Amino acid sequence: MAHILDVARTQVLEHGIGLDEAQAVQALRVPDAMVDALLDLAHEVRLKWCGDEVEVEGIVSLKTGGCPEDCHFCSQSGLFDSPVRSAWLDIPSLVQAARETAATGATEFCIVAAVRGPDERLMNQVREGVAAIAAELDINIACSLGMLGQDQVDELAAIGVHRYNHNLETARSYFPDVVTTHTYGQRWDTCEMVRKAGMELCCGGILGMGETVDQRAEFALQLAALEPDEVPLNFLNPRPGTPFGEQQPMSAIDALRAVATFRLAMPRTVLRFAGGREITLGELAARGVRGGINAVIVGNYLTTLGRPAEQDLAMLADLKMPIKALAKNL
Amino acid sequence: MAAHAMTPDTGDASAYCDHCGGRDAAGDHGACARARELEPPRYCTRCRRRMVVQVTPTGWSARCVEHGILNPY
Repeated sequence: MAHILDVARTQVLEHGIGLDEAQAVQALRVPDAMVDALLDLAHEVRLKWCGDEVEVEGIVSLKTGGCPEDCHFCSQSGLFDSPVRSAWLDIPSLVQAARETAATGATEFCIVAAVRGPDERLMNQVREGVAAIAAELDINIACSLGMLGQDQVDELAAIGVHRYNHNLETARSYFPDVVTTHTYGQRWDTCEMVRKAGMELCCGGILGMGETVDQRAEFALQLAALEPDEVPLNFLNPRPGTPFGEQQPMSAIDALRAVATFRLAMPRTVLRFAGGREITLGELAARGVRGGINAVIVGNYLTTLGRPAEQDLAMLADLKMPIKALAKNL
Repeated sequence: MAAHAMTPDTGDASAYCDHCGGRDAAGDHGACARARELEPPRYCTRCRRRMVVQVTPTGWSARCVEHGILNPY
């Protein structure tokens, strides 16, 4: 039987056809000594099918905490004994956050709310916020507001939200161990509506939540089937008070295997480093950017802090990877 | 009531750990300090109330209902 790296070189690099699930399992199981070769191949795939540019994004929490859902990784659930309290960001502060993001050279600014789905108060805040940002800044605006109804999808598209984030979070087979207050199918339905409405779809999840290697491969292929424009890859950062608060962070080498494998499963998508990379990878994050990653969230996250944006921008400069310009998104 | 800034050297400002809310004098908070490198404070160091914390792309602010804003941005 041909080795998975040889198979991937022909199938993915030459022909642009992503790994299937069985192949993804093989990639996720390559021995430690072959991880560098796996990453190098994933980097070649990324360069060939996506180019050398890196998409930079900033995010901010518009509505923090008090969420009625029980996503076991999340410190913002109101169902857990988490130290995170509810907070709302006002419009001037939201615009200031967008300014800070734009100043890094980012082309994306994502407005996030910890909710099951947006109510009218939140939709009003989003309408006002999107308009205020668009009036002042040249930056693409994304939103992540939970599960949507068709009318909400249509309205977000109409007011100029160009990308919507809604993560599947993990494999379908593991989802009931992560969330019990809604289903995988409900998440999938929102993703489908977003894409049909003409917004770009951002859909990824969190690795290292206790899923098996097989489930990690299952997740990669379920994402690939959804054909998202962007896949944010988070690594579990165990949050105090949550059901996953005592889990150990994923090992760096497993995280790098996953980065490369997700790239080989989705050769053309934007694959973004998101939360948890600081504790999981540390300085090895640069290896991930030379192993399939072609987008990063810079600066802070929703409730935790990231590296200063300048450090990530310096890393990209060191790697000679140009930051994607806004004009090329339009 | 106007919010006022707290500083580490005011009165009993360090009575409680701002990460876990435990008494500063009781136990080792080294792990809390390491965690705080990538997290904003969550507890008021004077009264251990949970604070309302807003993280932004380049900073954070935290407000105690009793003791005001810790670090306005």
